[in-house]
Amino acid sequence: MVHEFIGDLGHFCVVVSFISALYAAFCFFKASSIGEISIADGWTKNGRMAFYVHAISVLGIVVSLFFIIYNHYFEYHYAWSHSSRRLPTHYMISCFWEGQEGSFLLWLFWHALLGIIIIATNKYWEAPVMTVFSAVQAFLGSMILGVVIPGIELKIGSSPFILLRDAISAPIFASQPDFIPQDGTGLNPLLQNYWMVIHPPTLFLGFATTIIPFAYCIAGLWKKKYKEWIRPALPWALFSAAILGIGILMGAYWAYETLNFGGYWNWDPVENAVYVPWLFLIAAIHTMVAYKNSTTALKSSIILVITSFVLILYSTFLTRSGVLGNASVHSFTDLGLSGQLLIYLIFFTAIAIVLAVVRWKEIPTSEKEADTYSREFWIFIGALSLCLMGFQVLIPTSIPVFNKVIELFGGMGNFAPPANQIEYYSKFQLWFAVVVALLSGVGQFFWWKKIDLKTLKDNLSVPLVLTLIVSSAIILFGDVADPAYIILLLAGVFTVVANGKILIGLFKSSPKLSGGAITHIGIGLMLIGIMFSAGYSKVVSLNNTGMLISKESSAEFNSENLLLFINEPKTMLDYDLKYKGERLEPVNENMFISKNDVAKTAVAHLVTAKTQIFKGDELIFDVNDTIEIAPENTFYEIEYTTRDGDKFTLYPRAQVNEAMGGLLASPDIKRGVSSDLYTHVSSVRNPTEEMEWSEMEEFRVGIDENFFVNDYVASVEGLQRLETLEGIDLTPEDVAIRARIKVQGEERDYISEPVFLIKDGLVGRIPDEVDDLGLKLTLLNVHPETNNFSIGANTRQKNWVVLKALEKPYINLLWLGTLILVIGFGVAINRRYSEFQKMKNKGLE
Amino acid sequence: MKRSHIIGIVLIAAAIGIIISTAGDASTYVSFEDAYVMAKNGDSKSIHVVGELTHDASGEVTGIYPSPNKLSFRFIMQDEKGKKQEVYYNEPMPADFTRSEKVVVIGSYHDDLFVADKILMKCPSKYQETTVNAEM
Repeated sequence: MVHEFIGDLGHFCVVVSFISALYAAFCFFKASSIGEISIADGWTKNGRMAFYVHAISVLGIVVSLFFIIYNHYFEYHYAWSHSSRRLPTHYMISCFWEGQEGSFLLWLFWHALLGIIIIATNKYWEAPVMTVFSAVQAFLGSMILGVVIPGIELKIGSSPFILLRDAISAPIFASQPDFIPQDGTGLNPLLQNYWMVIHPPTLFLGFATTIIPFAYCIAGLWKKKYKEWIRPALPWALFSAAILGIGILMGAYWAYETLNFGGYWNWDPVENAVYVPWLFLIAAIHTMVAYKNSTTALKSSIILVITSFVLILYSTFLTRSGVLGNASVHSFTDLGLSGQLLIYLIFFTAIAIVLAVVRWKEIPTSEKEADTYSREFWIFIGALSLCLMGFQVLIPTSIPVFNKVIELFGGMGNFAPPANQIEYYSKFQLWFAVVVALLSGVGQFFWWKKIDLKTLKDNLSVPLVLTLIVSSAIILFGDVADPAYIILLLAGVFTVVANGKILIGLFKSSPKLSGGAITHIGIGLMLIGIMFSAGYSKVVSLNNTGMLISKESSAEFNSENLLLFINEPKTMLDYDLKYKGERLEPVNENMFISKNDVAKTAVAHLVTAKTQIFKGDELIFDVNDTIEIAPENTFYEIEYTTRDGDKFTLYPRAQVNEAMGGLLASPDIKRGVSSDLYTHVSSVRNPTEEMEWSEMEEFRVGIDENFFVNDYVASVEGLQRLETLEGIDLTPEDVAIRARIKVQGEERDYISEPVFLIKDGLVGRIPDEVDDLGLKLTLLNVHPETNNFSIGANTRQKNWVVLKALEKPYINLLWLGTLILVIGFGVAINRRYSEFQKMKNKGLE
Repeated sequence: MKRSHIIGIVLIAAAIGIIISTAGDASTYVSFEDAYVMAKNGDSKSIHVVGELTHDASGEVTGIYPSPNKLSFRFIMQDEKGKKQEVYYNEPMPADFTRSEKVVVIGSYHDDLFVADKILMKCPSKYQETTVNAEM
């Protein structure tokens, strides 16, 4: 039965949320434009009600969609294409952000929540700020509206509540309109990871909060409160930057743990699309702080706050309109919303620019120029550097857009992104980072409005000397040789030392003001961590043989990969390696089991134990126990032995992932204090591919009689007549016999259980494989007269894996720096918010 | 001249510098023939070539030669103008390479061989299923 009600309810909520957002925007707009307080109050109340209705209906959409996913209503396209019956509940939340509609919904949800907070915490600012909020909500709501305007056949938005039969025209629906698939196609296994449960909501909260400083800025321009908007906007700008920063780094950490490009940052267009607005937001925060201290940089604050929001809109357009095409791994499928997204982008950009231009002359500026030795001047220079830093990333990221524009004018756009993105971006960003780091070290010393050159020298001499000492030590012990990296290291250490000095001073006097210093220490540590882990990332699995690859070319190549055959030790830099076989992970147990110890069943995600399986001394699975596994994942057990004889094991993974175009490798990381060892498989035998087997060799043996297959000792331990056989109907006349054969491998014994079957007078044989040894055994015949049997053996190439291993020195400094950065933001938010509250309580705002 | 003017000029100069350097560093989509001519003229910049793997009459992929140690491989690729070219890639063959509908190779010619520094694959069924099967 098709559950139409819940979908209709959800769609109804979508429509209500859209209309109520429009109405709220209208009411708040009226409230802000009318001077007379009593009338304005009425409009504000109306607007508030409308926004509450909006928020409730957004919640209604979320609940309806979750209900559909939770109850496996696969008649709905969204549930069918993003979920499945086996999906654990905590990953059902992740279904929301696998699809484009769901991620718009998440965004709407955060905005609704933030809107309520704004209503609750503001007096004066409520109406104008909420006008902007509600207008944005109307635009976002229209993205999931899913309404076709009759007559012109214009489709507005893509609804998450569309039925499968309406979304996809499959022949089955012609004969059976009420057909409901038994199971969904599932959530991309790559997203079934705890980081993917928290990274997208965090990032979207960061995205969503950027609207708040923007809304205050627009409200300030509109209501001619050119200065006052900064105070309430600043704590939110800090909050937004902190959350967006955490979101970005969570994504980086997930990439480091899960993807195999060998790092945490790939300069992928989608990554850049968040990084650039973040840099502009940071720049905006700095000019806003400068303004609060000295009434300079007001105009630049306005420009930067607007720019960072426009960049958020632009990145939304980039990632969701399909313009990036295959330039990126995480862009969404094109839902045909490009036009709507473009209107959204242009609408707010145009309003902001027009408003700023109209009011430009009225915005107060300070008469005198900031002095060269003032803190504000250097903050301003720092903000400019951040903008250029972002601009440098923005331009190449927009290359696909330029191509589209050229094509629009009839040209042929054949520009491609830089061939080696990491090298390209790094060579520019490194120098921007140096400038920013130096400024954030020096800038802190201009604490007072004016200090002269001499005081500055006195203040800086200690940090400079300390920087040189610390850096020299690091350069010596860390073997830093590249001049560019040395300069980056110096800049990073300087930031840490200089801000450390400030911090010590502040702890004594006013710890509440220490947010800036702490944040900058975090940045310094992150830069040092990035410099080491990226700049001195070392390929450990290097093959320096240098082969001539073909007669056409004289170039020589070294390989960065290593081929390992099972149980054949190999040596690579500092380690001895042994590949010990393919492993599976039971769903509810934190352990790995050998593929050889289980037998497949008719259901892909269930296997049965062939032997007793232990974790340490504890018996986990007994013989014939059914074990639930994730069939798409295979782990490769690699044993490392260091020169000192220490052993450890890593389990890099390969995942069959149709959505991502095939087989996907994920690393396993051996974490250390000073460096991580990062290992991933770069090629494996394709688990879905047929094997090439040798000719069958025949043996005629009795019970417990040894025979040799492919140099391994094997013996038949016993025979057993089966009453039932999975997948086959056995009648009393049929015979099914299973042999239990033990094969002694180099490392351990294996059990193989081929089956001999007589059904309806016909003979059938079900061979069984010993995966590790590349052996397939078949019970060919049973000879009761001589009390022995015929066994057939085929062999294939032994299991192998191609491996790449990298060393990432001091990567922990990056994560530690991130943590300190977040703490610093927390301190700063606390300070700025209490400033705003004080003014509000005085009835001033 | 006021200092703010100087800053403005420096800012604009830096922005223009960034745009020009991007234009200089941007790669291009070209055909094998153009890439060959570029390399002959001493331009060793990495470029993008879009194409397909070659198939025989029954649709099987042909012209793929992994190295004996599996650490690198060579393959024949046909660009959009129909020119066939042998490409070398110094990394193990991605497991699903043969399934890719379209291949983008980023690299340059070394003598008569195209050496790819990076390969992008466009595989069928990216993200969205297009049909429903009755047995599901």
